[in-house]
Amino acid sequence: MKSRLAPYLQTAPSMLWLGLFFIVPLVAIVSISLMTGNSIDGYNLTWNFSVFPDALDQYSPQLGRSFLYGGISTLLALVAMYPVAYWIAFHGGRRKSLFLFLLLLPFLVSFIIRILTWQFILSDEGIVLGTLKDIGILGENAHILSTPAAVVTGLTYDALPWMALPIYVALEKIDRDLVEAAGDLYASGYQQFRRIIVPLSAPGIYAGILLVGISNIGDYLSAQILGGPSTTMIGNIIQTQYVQNGDFPVASALSLMLMMALLLCVFVYAWVFGTRTIQEYA
Amino acid sequence: MAGKGTSSDSARPVRSRPWARFVLPTYVALIMAYTLVPIAVMILYTFNKAPNQRLTFSWHGFTTEWYSKVFQVADLTQSLWHSLEVAVISSIIATALGTPAALALARRKFRGRGLIDLVVITNLTAPTVVVGASLLGFFIALSIPRGLTTILIAHVAFNVAIVIIVVQARVSGFDESLEEAAADLGAPPWVAFWKVTMPLILPGIFSAFLLSFALSIDDYIITSFVAGQTLTFPLWVAGAVKVGIPPQVFVMGTLIFVSGVLIALASLVLQRWGDHGKAETAGS
Repeated sequence: MKSRLAPYLQTAPSMLWLGLFFIVPLVAIVSISLMTGNSIDGYNLTWNFSVFPDALDQYSPQLGRSFLYGGISTLLALVAMYPVAYWIAFHGGRRKSLFLFLLLLPFLVSFIIRILTWQFILSDEGIVLGTLKDIGILGENAHILSTPAAVVTGLTYDALPWMALPIYVALEKIDRDLVEAAGDLYASGYQQFRRIIVPLSAPGIYAGILLVGISNIGDYLSAQILGGPSTTMIGNIIQTQYVQNGDFPVASALSLMLMMALLLCVFVYAWVFGTRTIQEYA
Repeated sequence: MAGKGTSSDSARPVRSRPWARFVLPTYVALIMAYTLVPIAVMILYTFNKAPNQRLTFSWHGFTTEWYSKVFQVADLTQSLWHSLEVAVISSIIATALGTPAALALARRKFRGRGLIDLVVITNLTAPTVVVGASLLGFFIALSIPRGLTTILIAHVAFNVAIVIIVVQARVSGFDESLEEAAADLGAPPWVAFWKVTMPLILPGIFSAFLLSFALSIDDYIITSFVAGQTLTFPLWVAGAVKVGIPPQVFVMGTLIFVSGVLIALASLVLQRWGDHGKAETAGS
């Protein structure tokens, strides 16, 4: 077990799998994106670099929407969940694990069903709109489904537990003596929060933003089920171009640009907090 | 915003402040309730009569008929079996591949582990739509037909990284001198590993397996790229959205949810029980 070869033998099988079925395909889309042709006659590598500006030009509304919806839902989830994570970590007492369990319950419901129930809840005669229409706050023609609000609602809901977990882990690690010491030194409750708790939970906040932001920006199921033609996100485009239209170069170029933009965020995070912290919170 | 005026009279511990006692708990309860609304909606509507065999928002009356007819929609049932099959097999393969790597990463320093860390992190954080699209391109380029096998390959690929992270986190706290002690007492390395290390890391391996299973059975985005004509449960449901969802979908969701809750509670009880046993041994 102590031989120098052992770690390589132990890591080889999983790395071969990831290399073959994750890294190689990722690198391959670079060459696919530079091909020209069509789905019937096949594609040839022609080093067509103009695919990137062209794709960017053609799909900038969808790209913009993805970052907008992804950004808003991430921010909403952060604002909603920080107090919850804070309360469980600092005031949860002996019932902490029960509260965490309740918070994670949505994970036990299938992703697709979670989104479907929102279609139910937000439907024109559903709980929300039906009630508001009955009391006369909204007109008969009011609707939420297929608007950006519906898509953001779905994205935000899905993000809640993912956002709460890393923040909770970071808050749980804070040395309680530090907070008490600040109190002894006459820091107000607000000052203790602002100067001690928030800075020390920053890695958890960023991990949550990263985790939720990446999956929400790339998501397309929420837009597919809750949205309409005017809320198409970049994930929907990649999916239809790849699976239905067979336009591989454009879809690959879009995937590549999305991946690069998000990888940049990951590396900035790794550079600021170190790679180990990503693993701790992931 | 240092708030000089308030600092003198509010220098008490955080826990005695009224907002921490009333406002914050109320807020937490509201958010918790909000997160549970979709679950309640799912369970409630499994008991709704559906005249056209499709879920409708309006309430037609209470029935338990969908529970007895849960497997009546043949292709939906088929898709659920596909999902279960893929989840079980991919989690087993991913656990078998990932565990040795996690052990090496947690306990050895060797050249190239930075690179491995990087691959694992990139895999975990890569947008699923990109992972799916690139895999489909790869399978098309090699003319590998899409079906259960390609779904399985894709699921193992995203589960391996999860297993590596979860097992590694559990192993890093493990006291290596135990294994050395066993070796000093004449145990051959594999006996020391099997009798000392294995029982200690087994809970970590088990939770990695469960997490893989949960992620696999739930995956929609990556699967939608590599599935070809094969349908898993999420794919079938997404396809049925336009024509209307049969109540059986929510019944299956409810059954999965209830078994998930039971498994989580069981593992919690087992953990308590294990901790208790350990405390007793330490005490004696």
